[in-house]
Amino acid sequence: MSANDVFLRMEGISKAFPGVQALQDVTFEVARGEIHALVGENGAGKSTLMKILTGALPRDDGRIVMRGQPVEISIPSDARSLGISMIHQELSLIPYLTVGQNIYLGREPQARIPGFIDWSALYAQAQQLLDRLNVDVDAHAEVQELSIAQQQMVEVAKALSLNADLIAMDEPTSALSERETEVLFDVMRTLEKQGVSLIFISHRLGEVFQIADRVTVLRDGQLIGTAPIAESDEDRVVQMMVGRELGEMYPRAEVQRREVVLEAIDLDDGRELHGVDLRLHCGEILGVAGLVGAGRTALAETLFGIRPAVAGDVHLEGRQVKLSSPGEAIRLGMGFVPEDRKLQGLFLNMAVRENIVISAMDKLTRWGFVNFTKADRMAREFVDKLDIRTPGLRQRVRNLSGGNQQKVIIARWLTLKPRVLILDEPTRGIDVGAKAEIHALMSQLAQEGVGVLMISSELPEVLGVSDRILVMHEGRVAGEFDRDQATQDDIMRAATSGKANDAQ
Amino acid sequence: MHNSHLSSLGEILRRFSVFVILLVICLVFALGSSDFLTASNLLNVALQTSIITIVAIGMTFTILTAGIDLSVGSVMALCGALAAGQAVRQGWGTYGGIGAGLLAGLVLGAINGLLIIKGKMPPFVATLAMMAVARGLTLVYTQGRPIAGLEQDFIFWGTGRLLGTPVPVILMASLTLLAFVVLRHTRFGLYVYATGGNEEITRLAGVSPGWIKLAVYVISGFTAALGGVLLTARLWSAQPNVAVGWELDAIAAPVLGGISLFGGVGGIGGTLVGAFIIGVMSNGLNLLGVPSYYQQVIKGVVFILAVMLDLLTKRRR
Repeated sequence: MSANDVFLRMEGISKAFPGVQALQDVTFEVARGEIHALVGENGAGKSTLMKILTGALPRDDGRIVMRGQPVEISIPSDARSLGISMIHQELSLIPYLTVGQNIYLGREPQARIPGFIDWSALYAQAQQLLDRLNVDVDAHAEVQELSIAQQQMVEVAKALSLNADLIAMDEPTSALSERETEVLFDVMRTLEKQGVSLIFISHRLGEVFQIADRVTVLRDGQLIGTAPIAESDEDRVVQMMVGRELGEMYPRAEVQRREVVLEAIDLDDGRELHGVDLRLHCGEILGVAGLVGAGRTALAETLFGIRPAVAGDVHLEGRQVKLSSPGEAIRLGMGFVPEDRKLQGLFLNMAVRENIVISAMDKLTRWGFVNFTKADRMAREFVDKLDIRTPGLRQRVRNLSGGNQQKVIIARWLTLKPRVLILDEPTRGIDVGAKAEIHALMSQLAQEGVGVLMISSELPEVLGVSDRILVMHEGRVAGEFDRDQATQDDIMRAATSGKANDAQ
Repeated sequence: MHNSHLSSLGEILRRFSVFVILLVICLVFALGSSDFLTASNLLNVALQTSIITIVAIGMTFTILTAGIDLSVGSVMALCGALAAGQAVRQGWGTYGGIGAGLLAGLVLGAINGLLIIKGKMPPFVATLAMMAVARGLTLVYTQGRPIAGLEQDFIFWGTGRLLGTPVPVILMASLTLLAFVVLRHTRFGLYVYATGGNEEITRLAGVSPGWIKLAVYVISGFTAALGGVLLTARLWSAQPNVAVGWELDAIAAPVLGGISLFGGVGGIGGTLVGAFIIGVMSNGLNLLGVPSYYQQVIKGVVFILAVMLDLLTKRRR
């Protein structure tokens, strides 16, 4: 790579927060028209580095060179005028505004009368940008009507509208199905050809190796190395990220399949589920794969009583049950770890202790008064058992890492000793190390006899963790595979075409 | 073809469900009282509704930014009293007095806005405090007594007619139209929605939500002051205890009209329809001779039904 191909060079960047050296002497280079992956565990310094690049945080030391010229980036508008754009994991679109309004928010084309907006120009320009990305999105549509993937595309269009030639994307695929990811990757390749440089932050190494030209690894605020993808492999990158050998990614003890704990027959919610049959045994992990919108979350929510079933029977431990509400499902011994832990799973501003014990109040209260000594003991037991890394039981859950937050939710269910645990995307947005721990935890639960139902969009996870795999397609079960006979291809075929081929 | 036609009709019903409710209420009263559907009564309804609609327009702006202005009732009283007092007692004349009243509304609104954006107070708290302060100042300023003796020019603004239409109705219509244009076609309007939709994103887009919020409280202060002046003119005098509790109607109108208290959703047409539901209810129940104590109960129940129906039709999307 010759020197004049270097588009961005961040040199010797350091940044300290009280008590933490977030970045130490990190040098990071991006070439013109390349897709450069930035990886590292949570807390490795990726987001701090990106915040410095986009002017959201001041740096303590180091310099930034763009197009061969030293540049000063101290506030977000500096970065914007240099053509740097960032697409955050939490999308920055306003749901009630239209696509066009979102793209040009703050920069609306002006009509002849000052202060008035030239709507037709705005929508024409917005549509042009969307068409350039080759995506089927109407500029007049309200953002809340779009899928996450489409919203992602709108973000890209917004970046392009700023004439960005460096776009940093923070985990853009975390909420996308495999097919949508492919569409995003096509867009990224198109941009790359147009000379745009892309920084791709992801926890999914498979995707990094699929799309990126080079990869840079950070660990504990330090640069571990940059390597061309062609000269690297996943094992090496993982090793660089965690600083140790991870061992097998999906360790799994053989389990004896026991009696059926949960059985659904012809389950239908009248909208997204159309006659689903399912059997979950004690001590097994049943993986549910499928594209976004295939009805996986609907299945979980119907089983847990969040949405009503219009038809079908559910049997729990052989008895027919009517799952009319989450409270009922919980009483019957079911637990549900939802897809969006921050929105649906955690009391972010409450302490770790409260988050763990809140469902077990029956065991901790007498005449309405909470026995906090017992609560402490219970919370401590699960913090130790699940190895939740927190400075203390009083720590607010907001301040924990994603992996530890997820463990807190699982701990809450374990206080109730569930017979069935449903997990919807349990490792989304969680770094590699913590991911393996969550997998180990699920496996341990299965061994203790719990029936585990896991929904996941990550095929390697589904294949690695599950004993059996159910593939959904348009609200129906399109295929069922045993762990040993399933391949990524089989699952994808069932998920996309709805036909399991010769599998069953 | 036939099917898509039907679904678009359903869509229209959904979008304008509150409007349909208003029509149904009107129909009920028209059947119940032959006096309801007369030109003079309808104009009367418009007149009775005009002042609260004007105040509700300002309220709509604050609610669209996910805020609220609880001080409007007190601000109406204070600004109406100031206008009358300065005009009559201080000899500033009708327009000097009205000018003073309107200016006071702008200032009080600005204070609300500054408490919220600079003092970082929740809008509910800042404007609740202002509600007490402004009511107290009204009592201090009027010494608890009505201010009468307004000139004919002053009274014209509340009771006069232009081309057969009451002046407050003309003002209500013009302000509604103005608010519609501002919200739909100007940058400021878009930023009001954006701020209510997500303040942080708005900030990142290079827009200052602080300015937008300051502006909406100034607007709300102004429309409350205008409402106060018109009310004073209609009553031929300023009363210190006037407009107590009007903030509730001013909030109910946009909320009935589908404007989300969480911000970012709804349009000024909803406020107009919501205000008329309130106005028509009062008028119709009076015509039917329903005792005023029962009127309150019936109004409350109709509000609940209206909002429930609105939520149900929206949820079905």
